[in-house]
Amino acid sequence: MNAKEKILANIKNNVPAIKEPMPQTNIAHVHFENKEEKFEAALASVGGNAITLSHESIDAFVAKHYPDAKVITSTIDGLTCKNKDANEQDTPHFLEDVDLAIVEGEFGVAENGAVWVKNPKNKHRVLYFIAQRLLIIVPKGALVDTMHEAYERVKFNTSGYGTFISGPSKTADIEQALVIGAHGPTDACVLFV
Amino acid sequence: MRIGLFIPCFMNELYPEASMDTLRILEHLGLDVEYPFEQTCCGQPMANTGCAKEASVLAYRFLEIFKKYDYIVAPSGSCVSMVRQNYAQFLEGKDGFEHLRTHTYELVEFLHDIIKPDNLHVKFPFKVGIHNSCHAHRHLRLASMSERNEAPFSKIKALLEKAEGIEFVELTRVDECCGFGGTFCVSEEAMSVAMGKDRVQDHLKAGVQIITGVDMSCLMHMQGIIDRDKLPIKTMYVGQILAGGIV
Amino acid sequence: MSQGHPELAEKFIANDERMHWHDKALWFVRAKRDNASKGVAEWEDLRDCAAKIKMHTIDHLDSYLLEFEKNALAKGIHIHWAYDAQEHNEIVLKLLQEKKVQKLVKSKSMLTEECHLNPYLEAAGIEVVDTDLGERIVQFRKEPPSHIVLPAIHLKKEDVGTTFEEFLHTQKGNSDPTYLTRAARVHLREKFLNADAAMTGVNFGIAETGGFVVCTNEGNADLGAGLPKLHIASMGIEKIIPKLSDLAIFTRLLARSATGQPVTSYTSHYHAPVVGGELHVIIVDNGRSDIIKDKDFRQSLQCIRCGACINTCPVYRRSGGYSYGYTIPGPIGSTLGANRNISLYKTLPFACSLCGSCSNVCPVKIDLDQQLYKHRQTVVAQNLLGFKKHTILKVATWVMKHPKILDFSGKMARAIVPKLPRSIVYSKANLWGKQRELPPFPKQSFKEAYQAKKGDRK
Repeated sequence: MNAKEKILANIKNNVPAIKEPMPQTNIAHVHFENKEEKFEAALASVGGNAITLSHESIDAFVAKHYPDAKVITSTIDGLTCKNKDANEQDTPHFLEDVDLAIVEGEFGVAENGAVWVKNPKNKHRVLYFIAQRLLIIVPKGALVDTMHEAYERVKFNTSGYGTFISGPSKTADIEQALVIGAHGPTDACVLFV
Repeated sequence: MRIGLFIPCFMNELYPEASMDTLRILEHLGLDVEYPFEQTCCGQPMANTGCAKEASVLAYRFLEIFKKYDYIVAPSGSCVSMVRQNYAQFLEGKDGFEHLRTHTYELVEFLHDIIKPDNLHVKFPFKVGIHNSCHAHRHLRLASMSERNEAPFSKIKALLEKAEGIEFVELTRVDECCGFGGTFCVSEEAMSVAMGKDRVQDHLKAGVQIITGVDMSCLMHMQGIIDRDKLPIKTMYVGQILAGGIV
Repeated sequence: MSQGHPELAEKFIANDERMHWHDKALWFVRAKRDNASKGVAEWEDLRDCAAKIKMHTIDHLDSYLLEFEKNALAKGIHIHWAYDAQEHNEIVLKLLQEKKVQKLVKSKSMLTEECHLNPYLEAAGIEVVDTDLGERIVQFRKEPPSHIVLPAIHLKKEDVGTTFEEFLHTQKGNSDPTYLTRAARVHLREKFLNADAAMTGVNFGIAETGGFVVCTNEGNADLGAGLPKLHIASMGIEKIIPKLSDLAIFTRLLARSATGQPVTSYTSHYHAPVVGGELHVIIVDNGRSDIIKDKDFRQSLQCIRCGACINTCPVYRRSGGYSYGYTIPGPIGSTLGANRNISLYKTLPFACSLCGSCSNVCPVKIDLDQQLYKHRQTVVAQNLLGFKKHTILKVATWVMKHPKILDFSGKMARAIVPKLPRSIVYSKANLWGKQRELPPFPKQSFKEAYQAKKGDRK
């Protein structure tokens, strides 16, 4: 018997005759009166921030808030502030100098400040992590209450990669002291447009 | 209602007064209480050390002695928890076991859940810290657990609140283990004492005068530390406070 | 294990200041967890649901594993099966050698710790870099992680500072956590960019989609796996969940239980390799399928490795991760270790006061304290308790079967002990009395007092 057969046979032998049924997973859960407010608070609690763009363009916002960013890349069409094509090469290492990555998020999750990012237009998933700073553009009003609603919208019928991003990269591995910016972006702003 | 009184073996030998107070409280409430003489130990020390065979013998003995009573009441959360939580392994299906399991009560819970006395006519003008001993707390559910998302309650406090002048002191860790743990207190002696010292310190720093609880074993452990270190604090079995008004 | 938990714990406790520092650090995490869980009204329902999903999955594990494999293969993910640690390590090495990998970056995986993968690969000449900050710290120090979520929780920032001075040439005496984290960031960026392959663990394998989820705060798993062309993920068979939507339950519980955060910074779903790359998942048993057969211990396979039981454990907090001598410390480690080798880890089921706090913080409601209680019976059944302890309890049981003998012994003790000199009562044999006073011996037992009282009434 190979390993697979051995493992499966052993499991079959050992599982009980009377088996636990699959429970209902759509349990009653919290809904927020003001999802925007909750999202902002949750994101702030994990070191991130959320801003709603009113009149100005994304380009103007970037110019104002990221004056020091030299290398800017984006998967969003039509931005004038970007000066590097994130999809240019097949090997992602050339992204190591990216100061700011402007990426698309599908929706935010109010309970925990996470944004679902699964962008088929983006060739290199590492972009979300290798950039020094991250700006996630989310359609205004695209917010769900909890992960229950979030996973109703998440699909993987085909292959791909997607991630919930909740604030910047962080660690508390040294004496429990929270340090923002471990390996990934040192800041992660969510911009509702 | 015939009540069988179970006095834990070590309390019988070492704490006759606290044991007697348990009896006095029950009798004062007009209850028909009997103390069967052939009783000894519930088997908890053996069971908690993994000696199933030995524990089983004592569990069976306990069943035979106590199954005839309507209720079995004991001044000990952990012994009652032994009956309710751990006897099934040895006694499942035995005649009278289901009755025993569902009708064995720790004193406070018996008073709180079954008898529900209005007034205890007790004065106790002291600052009291409640020691939520683990088995009474987490197995018998005498109080809400800090780990759980549940409405706060405490059966011990609800009873003691009837004592005049009593003042409850809040601790920083409301239900941390004192480290007694049965044979753990000697098999992990250093750990047991470290835990006990921390528990006593929490009460001391909060300004507690009397540490009380439903398990004399935990209190004996903490009192042992208090006496050795000559600390200005005292332990008292909860029954001793509740019996204070009985003349 | 040359020394058991009691001895190693005693050593840890001997440094009172450090022991209390450790206890407070972990209690702080537990308090954050309490706070986070109390912010979710449906918390207990989530726990119930998570426990049942896991129980259901384990009861049907063979079919869910096959479903996972089928769907993963359809998405171009390579699947390997490893019966034990040795097979796992061999598969990893073979994959690395096929691709001529010299440098490997790893994100945290307790499974690879369990398989002792690092030394195995290093012996084959491969550079292995643990990229989780805490893991990198202990890797520099040639120590194992002392906690499954907080690998360097036993170290003070000054310890980390000294280590980084040696390995990363940081400023002497600078132990500022932000400064040290930045130094590690620079150091590890270089490792990420030069790696030939990456390994990650798996938090959840999704049968329905054939993909898997990795949760980190640092982003090290994604940064590592997103650069090189080869990504190998090691997954214990118990990591499977049936459906993608089940993740709603688990992601709501995991980070809140672990650190009190509402969710980890990154919850990444892998359903494809990187562009032009390969993604391999190794499904590892290593003793897990054996645990299924024992109903007393089956629940231990529900574990999602959040570490909450470890943080709340009053024993762990005061004895540190190394006192357990097993890859995973604390309550869950004690039950898993006892399952793996009861003879080697015979003191672990007893490294527990049976307080039950662990079972109540556990997001998947594993009956941890009951498992340790039951493991003790295995220790005794296999004659591992020790002759002296076992004999004492056998004699005590015999006495307890004979009330008259018990009464007589009690009477004698109450008469004699108070008259003995202190040096005899508090001799070395009296472990209770090493740091505690005995209660004063009363004149009468309760039974004697009761008899007298009833006699009076008559």
